Amino acid sequence: MLTCKQTSELISQSLDKPQTWKTRFDLKLHLMMCKACQQYAKQMHTIKSNIFKLRESIQSDESITLSEEAKKRMIDKLNQK
Amino acid sequence: MAENVNDWLNEHGDYLYRFALARLRDQHQAEDAVQETMLAAIKNNTFKGQSSARTWLTGILKHKIIDAQRKYIREQPVSDITDLAANGTSMDDFFDDKGHWLEKPQAWGKPDNTLQQDQFMAVLGTCIDKLPKKLAALFMMREIQEHENEIICKELDITPTNAWVMLYRARMSLRKCLEINWVKD
Repeated sequence: MLTCKQTSELISQSLDKPQTWKTRFDLKLHLMMCKACQQYAKQMHTIKSNIFKLRESIQSDESITLSEEAKKRMIDKLNQK
Repeated sequence: MAENVNDWLNEHGDYLYRFALARLRDQHQAEDAVQETMLAAIKNNTFKGQSSARTWLTGILKHKIIDAQRKYIREQPVSDITDLAANGTSMDDFFDDKGHWLEKPQAWGKPDNTLQQDQFMAVLGTCIDKLPKKLAALFMMREIQEHENEIICKELDITPTNAWVMLYRARMSLRKCLEINWVKD
C-alpha cells in the first residue's frame, strides 16, 4: 500500500512520463480510499490547465508590446551588423 | 537586408515579445530573446517565403528561449542544481515520517467567472515567480513551454531522476502557495 507521500510523488511523475500498469493500479487503489490525495490530484490538474490559460492570456494580450526603448536599442544593434 | 530586419521587427516584434514573455515571465529575458532572434535572422537568413516570416521567426525564437533558460540556470549561484534535487527528496515540510500529509490538501474553490479566473491566474503567476529560480525555470520549461523531459535533461545536463524530483518539488511548493493565497470570495 502506497503512503500519501509516495502517492503525491507518483502523481507528479505521471504528469511527466507514462507509468507502469502496476503503478497505475497502486495509485488508483490509494486514491479510492484517500480524500486528501484525491484533492491533491485535482489541484495538479487545476494548476496544469491554468498554466496553459495563463500562457495564452499573455500571448494574446495585445496591450503588451516591446517598449520604444527596447525597439530602438534593437534597431541600433541590428543596424551595426 | 537591414531594412528587411527593421520591417520584421516592426511587424512581428510585439508578437514575438509576447510569445517570449508568456514563456520566460521576465521582461529583460524576453527582450533579449527577441533581439537574439533578429540577429540570428540576419546572420543566417534561410527564409524562403514558403512559410510566413512570423512562423519562421517564431521557430528561431523557440530556440532562443531555451538558450535563455539554459544560460539563466547556469548563471545561478553555485548551489548546484543537484543540491536542489537532493533537498527535494526530503519532503519534511509536507509529510510526517510515516508519509502522511501534515496538512491535507484542501478543496479549492473553482474560479467560476471571468474575474475569478483572472484572479486565479494572477495568483498562479505570482506563485511561479516565488519559486526558487532554478525550480521556476525548470517548471516553466516543462509546463509552460511543454518540452519533454528528455529535451530538458539534455539542455540542462541533468538526469531524468533529478528532473522528476525537481518538478515534484516545484509542484508541491506551487500548490502550497496557491492554497495560502487563492481565496475565492
